[in-house]
Amino acid sequence: MLKIDNLHAEIDGKEILKGLTLNVGAGEVHAIMGPNGAGKSTLSYVLAGRTGYEVTAGSVTFDGQDLLALAPHERAAAGVFLGLQYPVEIPGVSNLMFLRTALNAQRVQRSEKEASGAEFMKLVKAAAGELGLPYEMLKRSVNQGFSGGEKKRNEMVQMAVLEPKLAVLDETDSGLDIDALRVVSDGINRMRSPDRATLLITHYQRLLDYVVPDFVHVLVDGRIVRTGGAELAHVLERDGYVSIAA
Amino acid sequence: MSALPTRRDEAWRYSDLASVARVWPVASPELILVAAGTRVTRLLVQDAASDAVAVHDFAVTVEAGASLDFRIVNSGGSYGRVALDVALHEGAVFDLGGIIIGGNTQNLEIVTTVRHLGPAAVSRQVVRCVVGGSAVGTYLGKVAVAREGQKTDAAQSFKALLLERGATANAKPELEIFADDVKCAHGATVGELDRNALFYLESRGVPPVQARALLMRAFLSDALEGMDEGEREAVEVLVTDILAGAL
Repeated sequence: MLKIDNLHAEIDGKEILKGLTLNVGAGEVHAIMGPNGAGKSTLSYVLAGRTGYEVTAGSVTFDGQDLLALAPHERAAAGVFLGLQYPVEIPGVSNLMFLRTALNAQRVQRSEKEASGAEFMKLVKAAAGELGLPYEMLKRSVNQGFSGGEKKRNEMVQMAVLEPKLAVLDETDSGLDIDALRVVSDGINRMRSPDRATLLITHYQRLLDYVVPDFVHVLVDGRIVRTGGAELAHVLERDGYVSIAA
Repeated sequence: MSALPTRRDEAWRYSDLASVARVWPVASPELILVAAGTRVTRLLVQDAASDAVAVHDFAVTVEAGASLDFRIVNSGGSYGRVALDVALHEGAVFDLGGIIIGGNTQNLEIVTTVRHLGPAAVSRQVVRCVVGGSAVGTYLGKVAVAREGQKTDAAQSFKALLLERGATANAKPELEIFADDVKCAHGATVGELDRNALFYLESRGVPPVQARALLMRAFLSDALEGMDEGEREAVEVLVTDILAGAL
């Protein structure tokens, strides 16, 4: 589904990704772990197409198409979802307006029928209920006055409604207490299916106790230095990144 | 007001004086009298043709215990000016919501003078401005509190978004207070569209043009707070159309 080949990327002339290669197949959950500054967030932004992240070499294909040639909104419509580490607050735009605009913008790009008000409400209410985010909160401005945990739940509500093929979740576990972690993990697990894939970017192994990955990759200094199964996360937790990278 | 204003006149400091000269002398101000204890709402949409010069002047009196809700959408003409001189008597309430949307080389201004003549009058002025191209958006807001204007509550807020480097926003709050027990607040900010918010919308599938319009509409909507639901929706539709066309 996602093929990243020898990806090099830089920000402000500083190379962050230095030849990253990764294949994610449909139905798989991959975890990318690594120390601060390894390039984890850069990878997520490059996949989503954020301005300022320049790809200098390598390729990324998604379902056979050149992902890097697409604008951010086109990538979303193609089925890529980025769960942000720090979800943005947007004063004056309600969560419902934001999400409905997004859903229908994607559907229009895919030449699908736009969601009616009733269909949309049903989708959102179901997702908000499952993720324990009071529906009333979604009437407020995007993420405004939301706690760290509520922002992350909100990201998961968006993911559930938008139903991406590939979810790239950047530190979705950071700032969550144990209850919220469980709820968010359930949200991720519910999305698991044979035709979807997930890329979990995380510092810590604890998320991986709830969302058990098929593969764990260790990212150090812009490259994947080691790949293993779920057990690799435990090795990392015990021994740290330094020993792996050496 | 018969002599053509010059740059030295505070109220015309940022005006397009060449355009003003084309229509000078302007008509005398439209008088609005809000009788004691009554409530009046007014919406002014300045959407003159792109080569037109539009100058709207109002002389307003809000009598004791009366209220006026005045909304302005100033977006038309090469030069568009809406000026209000408002006299507030005891316990009067004046709400102003002003929207300026300009592109190309437009020069658009809202100029207010609010006189708190009696005690305990309230004025709330919210002006939001979005300018692109090399357009100029200006808000000059003067609040004058007379000696009798004790317990005055006056608030003024101006915020502008500059869409391009060549665009300009001017803000000049001015307070003149002769009473000693008053509350007068004002604030002004000038900024750009939030890049993080734009990326957030785009990453969820919203095309850039639509994302920008959504953020601009949200920004401008502060000036529509407190309106009746139905009327507000109508103005929002209007603003959406203007944003789609102008920027």
